Amino acid sequence: MAYSVNISQTDSDSESDFEDMGGSKPGQGTFRFIRESAASTQRCPESLQMDDFRGCTGANREDLPFTASGHMRDETLDTGQRKSLQRHHWSAATLKVLSSMPSRTAGINAVIPKYARDSSQQPQTSSHDSSHHSKPIQADFVQEQMEETSAEEKQLVSNLRGLSVSEAMRKLRATPLSLADKMRVRRLAFRDVDESSFISRNIPCYRRLGVYISRTWSQCLFICLSVLTSLQLWHSPMKILSGRFGTGVLSYFLFLRTLLLFNLFLFIINGLFLVFPQAVNPPPHDPHSNNFTGLELLTGTGYLSQSVMFYGFYTNTTLTTCRAANSNATNTADLPICDPHQPHMVPYSIPAAYLFTIAIAFFIICIILVYSMSKSFGRSVQVLKSNRNLAGNIFCIWDFKVSKNTSVRLQSEKISTQLKELMSELTSGEDAKSYTLRLCRLMVHVLAWVTCLISIVLSAMAVHYLSEACITQSPFKDTELVLPAVVSAINLLLPGLFNLCTWVENYDSPSVCVYVSIFRNLMLKVSIIGVLCFRWLGRIAVEPVNHGLQCWENCVGQELYRLLLMDFVFTVLYTFLGEFLWRLFFKQVLKRNRKPVFDIARNVLELIYGQTLTWLGVLFAPLLPAVQILKLFVLFYMKKSSVLLNCQASRQPWRASQMTTLFVFLLFFPSYLGAAVSVIYTIWTIKPSTECGPFRNLTTMFHSGKLWVQQLESSNTLLFWLSKAYDFLVENPLFLFLVNGFFLIVIYVHSQVVDGQRTIVNRLQKQIENEGKDKKFLITNLQALYERSSLVSPNR
Amino acid sequence: MGTTASQLGKDMLSEYQELTFLTKQEILLAHKRFTELLTKDEKDLPNNRVPMERILTLPELKSNPFRKRICNVFSTSEYKDGGLTFEDFLDLLSAFSDSATLEIKSHYAFRIFDFDDDGTLDCGDLEKLVNCLTGETDDTRLTPEEMRQLINNILEESDIDKDGTVNLSEFQHVISRSPDFVSSFKIVL
Repeated sequence: MAYSVNISQTDSDSESDFEDMGGSKPGQGTFRFIRESAASTQRCPESLQMDDFRGCTGANREDLPFTASGHMRDETLDTGQRKSLQRHHWSAATLKVLSSMPSRTAGINAVIPKYARDSSQQPQTSSHDSSHHSKPIQADFVQEQMEETSAEEKQLVSNLRGLSVSEAMRKLRATPLSLADKMRVRRLAFRDVDESSFISRNIPCYRRLGVYISRTWSQCLFICLSVLTSLQLWHSPMKILSGRFGTGVLSYFLFLRTLLLFNLFLFIINGLFLVFPQAVNPPPHDPHSNNFTGLELLTGTGYLSQSVMFYGFYTNTTLTTCRAANSNATNTADLPICDPHQPHMVPYSIPAAYLFTIAIAFFIICIILVYSMSKSFGRSVQVLKSNRNLAGNIFCIWDFKVSKNTSVRLQSEKISTQLKELMSELTSGEDAKSYTLRLCRLMVHVLAWVTCLISIVLSAMAVHYLSEACITQSPFKDTELVLPAVVSAINLLLPGLFNLCTWVENYDSPSVCVYVSIFRNLMLKVSIIGVLCFRWLGRIAVEPVNHGLQCWENCVGQELYRLLLMDFVFTVLYTFLGEFLWRLFFKQVLKRNRKPVFDIARNVLELIYGQTLTWLGVLFAPLLPAVQILKLFVLFYMKKSSVLLNCQASRQPWRASQMTTLFVFLLFFPSYLGAAVSVIYTIWTIKPSTECGPFRNLTTMFHSGKLWVQQLESSNTLLFWLSKAYDFLVENPLFLFLVNGFFLIVIYVHSQVVDGQRTIVNRLQKQIENEGKDKKFLITNLQALYERSSLVSPNR
Repeated sequence: MGTTASQLGKDMLSEYQELTFLTKQEILLAHKRFTELLTKDEKDLPNNRVPMERILTLPELKSNPFRKRICNVFSTSEYKDGGLTFEDFLDLLSAFSDSATLEIKSHYAFRIFDFDDDGTLDCGDLEKLVNCLTGETDDTRLTPEEMRQLINNILEESDIDKDGTVNLSEFQHVISRSPDFVSSFKIVL
């Protein structure tokens, strides 16, 4: 169909083509050209068959369209070049040969065998039904194509034979053939190999054991993988969401799931190494614990403060089932003496376990975060480099996951708006704004920024004064929930103010708008957490006795617990009341059917805030990740139903991969690093409380690790050498300098390599351009030559 | 070699799993959804080819503006009617799956966007592509001026050898610079 259209176009356009060369009559009977030129192509496939071309008369013989030197003007050449290789300007035969050029059949060749085989029995002479160009017009032409492609297939088969089975499978899977072709190729490639190794069950005896082992291993692996993939938590809800809202909203829920997995990991590690051993050997129960009332779940005091939840539960003992023969410590007096010939439990030191569990968990999280950050950064950094990747954007812009009809329409509208704005921006360029208008906009921006900054400073000061007031007042009993409530309220209301400011400012580019609002929200949260950290580490921890606290770590842990829960409560209230009421307001009062838009940036920042609190609190409340897991679980279902009911997809395009990179970066840089720094500071410098916890009576928490290592040293020479090596290497600045220097050199070498590759890419692009020019030059000149020769001898 | 509609043999299942990017659960789900499209009599025949109209009733494809092109590209039918066998259907899902490589996805994306099947994306193809993207209604379509400008810009950026069309290598080069492609070129059953 398309081909025939082009033929008729060629008819009318060939006129204009030949006008360039000196006027002509349009060609007649174009259909005949195809048949005859196909036949003649078969005879000499390399040449342009101009023999039967009867369209051109009176071509100017002297005029070759391009000469190799001199006449080309480079400035206009590009567009001129491009136009003259576009289809309508060539004859039918040239077009056919052009379209069977290797660069144009690179993809389709693989599929040709089946068509060729099927249709070689029925030679098609009608040219009006070919949507697929290689639909053979002549059987001979097909034959020639078939030979080419079966040669390619043979090449593929021989390539596959040279590889190992799994490699070959992987390569075959990644080849763009149809499934039937792949199965045929596979049979051909592995015909010689013993086919029983794939599927059958006849195995010689001596190989049975090995095969049995490998089969059970692969089955185990398969089971693990299927468990993990079925743990593809929330697969169908996410599919519904992506079908309706696309990739942007989906990225929020994916981020939520990632955070859930982080917390699960923390919880499992803490649970195995910390909570479980201590829970099995609980410390003596304090008779002052109160009755259990429901409010304690919210405040974390009372019964909960004596539970495994908080720091105070943990003791500074070493768990053993027997005691050493020569020890006369009183706390192990009632245990039997260790018999070296019988298995006994390794003494498990709770303080050391506490310290090392937290440290190793943080370290592993750091590695995971850095790895995922570098991966997503590597994926999206190319976008940052190129100024505008319009072509790439157009090709990738359609989200195939979206399946709901209204969403598809919305997506089309979104794309249309974006393209129209882009085109108007390109054609008209920057609007020449008058000075007064620009000044006005500048004033508005400055005003908005000042407002936001002032509000952030004010809220930080409010939290600070409130915390000071709480501290100086009677200790921590009645006003427990006030501070968390105020913090959560600020976190809820101030982003609304920021949204108002951005709405007033009316940014031109939507991505700048998103970045600005993310930055403002981030400032707010960082300042609030900073004030709270000062409160905990700078006031409460330093002078606990003044505030009447016996166990300041418990207090801090409880505060973090309360903050987390209050945050959750306020989020629930906002989601149900806020979005629901907003939608009602829009419908009833404003009488518009526009639902509110799901603010992805704000919600993701709230998730990051919650995660920061968890990381800060895990040192003081080892079960805090469990609370966060429950919270995230409930939050998922809540947000999902709220989004589906109350919100609509945003009209602004959302660059999902860039934003995901940004969110992972924000999770690492202020959130994780801040938490890690404060945890390290606490461990290193702050004196633990003397009456509770695993680190009582020590100068710092870190001290317990050192003590434990000393203890091990005295019993084990290997560790003695290890600790000596540690002292020498890690605490020696020269070693650290060397390691840093090495990494800097590696980075420098990589950046040089990247620069070199960039130069090569530029050179190759120039080369390809020149090849294109050569190709055009040759084709045009050949066509002109044949036209001339056909004019000289018109009857052949 | 075909599969009867009623059951999928274990050998075939593992062979399909080795040759496509789908997991066993995904293949079984695809089989289930495919057999739902067959009529009662067709269920007993091996190697059925479901006509395009019925394939297009699948909710994942129903509203997609490229649905007809997708069927045509993955169809191995001699009549070029876009009908799919079960193996073609698996090919489709494999190319659109999570684990398919960028090469495969860009290859098939190129063929889907090549509306006239000539091996390159020329102005006509690009125009049809943009019209599919912007939708059916008149007020979302671009004016001819805008369309021309847009196509010129696209060709300027992606046509390296300046022949007025985007061939497969140029297309893959452009796609490699866009990290969003892999996540947007996905269909999940």
